[in-house]
Amino acid sequence: MSATKFEAVIGLEVHVQLQTQTKAFTSASAAFGAAPNTHTDPYTLALPGTLPVLSRAAVDAAMRMGLACACDITRRGRFARKHYFYPDSPKGYQISQLDEPLCKGGVVEFVLDGTVRKVRLNRIHMEEDAGKSMHAPDAPISLVDYNRAGVPLVEIVSEPDLRSAAEAGAYLRAIRQLVRWLGISDGNMEEGSLRCDANVSVRPAGTEKLGTKAELKNMNSFKHVEAAIEYEIARQSDLVARGERVAQETRLWNADKGTSHAMRSKEQAHDYRYFPEPDLPPLVVDDAWLARVRDELPELPLARLARFESLGLSAYDAGVLTADRHTADYFDEVVRAGAPAKKATNWIMIDLAVRVPPAHLADLIALVDAGTISGKIAKDVYEKMRADGRAPRAIVEAEGLTQVSDAGAIERVCREVVDANPKQVAQYKGGNPKILGFFVGNVMKATQGKANPEMVNEILKRLLS
Amino acid sequence: MIEGVAEIARAVRERKISAVEVLEAHAARIAADTLGCFYRLDPTAREQARAVDGKIARGEDPGLLAGVPVALKDLFVTKGLETTAGSKILEGWVPPYEGTPSRKLREAGAIVVGKLSMDEFAMGSSNENSAYGPVRNPWDPTRVPGGSSGGSAAAVAAGLVAGALGTDTGGSIRQPAALTGTTGLKPTYGRVSRYGVVAFASSLDQVGPFGRSALDVAHLLQAIAGHDPHDATSLDRPVPDYRAACDKPLGALRIGIPAEYFKDTPQAMGASVSSAIDELVKLGATKVPVELPHTRYGIAAYYIVATAEASSNLARYDGVRYGLRVAGSSLAQMYARTRAAGFGAEVKRRIMLGTYALRSGYYDAYYLRAQKVRTLIKRDFQRAFERCDVIATPTAPSTAFALGAKVDDPLEMYLNDVYTIPASLAGLPGMSIPCGFIEGLPAGLQLLGPPLGEEMLFAVAGAYQRATDWHTRRPPR
Repeated sequence: MSATKFEAVIGLEVHVQLQTQTKAFTSASAAFGAAPNTHTDPYTLALPGTLPVLSRAAVDAAMRMGLACACDITRRGRFARKHYFYPDSPKGYQISQLDEPLCKGGVVEFVLDGTVRKVRLNRIHMEEDAGKSMHAPDAPISLVDYNRAGVPLVEIVSEPDLRSAAEAGAYLRAIRQLVRWLGISDGNMEEGSLRCDANVSVRPAGTEKLGTKAELKNMNSFKHVEAAIEYEIARQSDLVARGERVAQETRLWNADKGTSHAMRSKEQAHDYRYFPEPDLPPLVVDDAWLARVRDELPELPLARLARFESLGLSAYDAGVLTADRHTADYFDEVVRAGAPAKKATNWIMIDLAVRVPPAHLADLIALVDAGTISGKIAKDVYEKMRADGRAPRAIVEAEGLTQVSDAGAIERVCREVVDANPKQVAQYKGGNPKILGFFVGNVMKATQGKANPEMVNEILKRLLS
Repeated sequence: MIEGVAEIARAVRERKISAVEVLEAHAARIAADTLGCFYRLDPTAREQARAVDGKIARGEDPGLLAGVPVALKDLFVTKGLETTAGSKILEGWVPPYEGTPSRKLREAGAIVVGKLSMDEFAMGSSNENSAYGPVRNPWDPTRVPGGSSGGSAAAVAAGLVAGALGTDTGGSIRQPAALTGTTGLKPTYGRVSRYGVVAFASSLDQVGPFGRSALDVAHLLQAIAGHDPHDATSLDRPVPDYRAACDKPLGALRIGIPAEYFKDTPQAMGASVSSAIDELVKLGATKVPVELPHTRYGIAAYYIVATAEASSNLARYDGVRYGLRVAGSSLAQMYARTRAAGFGAEVKRRIMLGTYALRSGYYDAYYLRAQKVRTLIKRDFQRAFERCDVIATPTAPSTAFALGAKVDDPLEMYLNDVYTIPASLAGLPGMSIPCGFIEGLPAGLQLLGPPLGEEMLFAVAGAYQRATDWHTRRPPR
């Protein structure tokens, strides 16, 4: 083996299923999970005489993604037909975009190892999904479910800016975060609403010329994407190191074996016979349409992250809170209801799945800050808020949980506890300060946890010294 | 005898005759037909007629086409009634939905009596590419009726129906209208919805009516024209009163005469068309020479664009979801066998041509170049229509030719559409009206208008038909 170091050059093609009510070119439902072939209609089945009619909602969703990635939006675009024969392609072609994609250029930004990485996009184009073929394991029979056929997709094509499997994984996660953030897809790789092909090549580190690339397919999870790229980098590096050529080909990842195998060579590649879709007029995006979609765009994840950090949150906390938009929105609402940012973060991060009303959480924090209840009681109150949805003040009042801060009353209880436990007093005085906790515990038990813990500590120390 | 769309609609509405009586008279003729116009009859025709009579009896509006018996080229998708597009590959296919043009006809009170013969997937100029047998020309049963809407033209010429719908991609309404002595209109591209019309070439296909007169055709177009949310290429423009247009005075009409359309025309056809133009001049029009210099590239460009689109549109006939399936030992073999058995020779020829034209690396040389020619042809017409209101030409180079005469020579067959193709490429409206007879066979005058110039065509055709009686001549029964 030579000692040459290799650098990987990776570009991803990511397909994202858009969550619209209807399919891209017909009014049939685009919902996932229905009984086979129930979300079909004459167009979906490519019955003779049917024609596509573009869903503006699908364009909205695609444009959202384009604007979020700072793409140029094509103001007069076109759809194209991409031909291939397969039973899950009912028309024998897929409506896609070739020369005039809806979104050109752009960039996806994400944080990796504490720094912001920018991956340039080549384009984002719209197309329709295919149906799903199912092959009977022990009969020469295939069945096709056309529910998915015609569901709108965007294909996000990156420039070859990625240099490692980990970077590719981070980029893909950023896309998933973004599509969920924008509300245009559930980004679920296992269910196939997010799909990824990777173009991988290697070159000696420090050189410019691109090596021959292989296209990797059939990676159904983030882990598979990273593993397949890792494997491919090693495979190609090995070939080049031995002086062999890398073939331009499409390779299928086999997750069970942890290897990939060649599916088709460049020579066997399909000729898709693209040509402009004559059944659809040009897609014209006028100023008003563009402005509306732009106005509806939420604050994007990285901008949110920076803002949360400026509120005094750690990079880690800000990252957790902006992992999805609902959590970030929730945090903002709690802060807006008056809670200090850091305290709001601590409460929210106890369990990200729990969302008590923002005003209730802000109130709870205020009750602790004002000394009305102790932090310990606050946790109980929080559990009750979760359980029955009552406001914290109502719980505190109804259950008499207000913190006791009357020094005389606390001292009375402390004295009783001290007097009742001479053995432990002796241990404390004998040089075991940890036994203080025993006294605190008993005082709290006697006051049902309502005694101000700081005062209890202070008084006990005084009584025991 | 009450004949024709306009007359029948009025008579039924005025209760001079019932829709059922009209239907019975036509059904008797259809039953006696030996021309082969119909593929199949609609068993609900009587029911439809009774429904119209019921509406009239109840005092409801029976619609513009009340009781008018019509028939459809068999590429109009009819719910519950087999639709084959003249192809074996769709044999037995019963659509679960109704297309827009036929739905609109029905809603206007027309009685759809059945489905008409056609060249397979509308590919042909003689109706001999029908997988279910040819159609004979009622003027001479040894001759073709033209195509691809040959059944539609012959059925109207023979009086089996009052009107019919066809489609015109490169001349498939105008040429058979000319060869059968009927009036046929290809409207502006997008004027009539293509939803529920089996596609041949999407950017060229246009639905249009056949009738005995311009007024009959105007009635039919009135019912079917307009925007359709199911067809994104249908024009969202108001539909004018086409019937009224038939009576419009010609005024200072300027008729453009393109020399390119006359120079190679056989003498007799040229003379027939010229005398028709002279008749229009007598009615007050003036002749204006116009130039359409890119006409000669029309057929070449057309056979790239049309076949490319056809190769794509016909990809869906794969044996998977409907129509013919011939089993094979692999998916590829099933596809190959199905399509080999299902498509006829001309359809295969065009699929291959179109597939070749769209191959990677050839797109620019063929499809893109053809589209550029198309733009030049469109521009020719734009310039011509700056100088004239309507263009007059022969519809076809010859009258009806003998069955079998051109089947072995595709190029010779393609040349039959030399005068109709340019307007198709430009998306313009074109009409063919009967303008005389050559050796006992009808000759057709083609009138071309600017985009959405249908009213102008109706005005000219209406005036001509008031002044002449060619359109009233009937073939021997």
